[in-house]
Amino acid sequence: MFGLANPDRFARFTRPLVPVLWVGAVVLLAIGVWLSFIAPEDYQQGDTVRIMFVHVPAASVGLGVYLALGVSSFFALVFRHPLADAAARAAALPGAAYTALALITGSLWGKPMWGAFWVWGDARLMSELILLLFFIGYMALRASIDDEAKAARAAAVLGLVGLINLPIVKFSVDWWNTLHQPASLVRADGPSMGPEMLAPLLVMMAAYAVFFLAVWITAIRTEITRRRVVALRARRALEA
Amino acid sequence: MLDLDMGKYAAYVWPAWGISALILAALAARVIASARRWKAELKALEAARP
Repeated sequence: MFGLANPDRFARFTRPLVPVLWVGAVVLLAIGVWLSFIAPEDYQQGDTVRIMFVHVPAASVGLGVYLALGVSSFFALVFRHPLADAAARAAALPGAAYTALALITGSLWGKPMWGAFWVWGDARLMSELILLLFFIGYMALRASIDDEAKAARAAAVLGLVGLINLPIVKFSVDWWNTLHQPASLVRADGPSMGPEMLAPLLVMMAAYAVFFLAVWITAIRTEITRRRVVALRARRALEA
Repeated sequence: MLDLDMGKYAAYVWPAWGISALILAALAARVIASARRWKAELKALEAARP
């Protein structure tokens, strides 16, 4: 595990993995889309239930992406490890994309079901918006500091602080009054939906997770390459 | 069977799916383009080694 923390070894190890992840993501997405549109209408929510198949995966995998960013930030800060920093940096953009998608698809689901696109002050909605702001803030902070080492440290601190928000997002539906429905997948008494709804949801969640891994690992490898280019340029400039 | 008639909810279901497809495609395109650009840059630098 820690052997992989060497950027060269990581690059070698993940080289054959990258195409497998991309193909896996496309296949899972295709199956997920098919299952989502052969599932029956919900007896209460009608066809709007199909928004769930893109909303829940974006929201739940988005939370997982922040966890990846936060844990990578911890290793970057404590062990000053360059690969951990590259991993945190590479997670920010897909995390922001997933969280933005969760908010947009959620509001498109909210309008016909709750009568409103957005409810200010709602615990789940606000904590999810704060999650998006952490992702955007992380990228903005990195972009605003020229010194890469300083930018990495500052961003890692922000990344770690944002971890506090994760349990708030997850448990907001239990801790406060909210329009948002409570957890329906991870429950003590098992999922509260039928298999015809559960199958497309689980396949789409797997698709979003594998898609993230494909994007993430590709982006980490690119970051390793970019740093090599920067180092090589600096060396050439010194030699010249 | 395949059900593509979203009835009165079409104005919510299709934009939700459309924007999801668009953002995922844009994310993949950006990441792959960036990977290719930096790989090419490294290759060019290494080829120009004195």
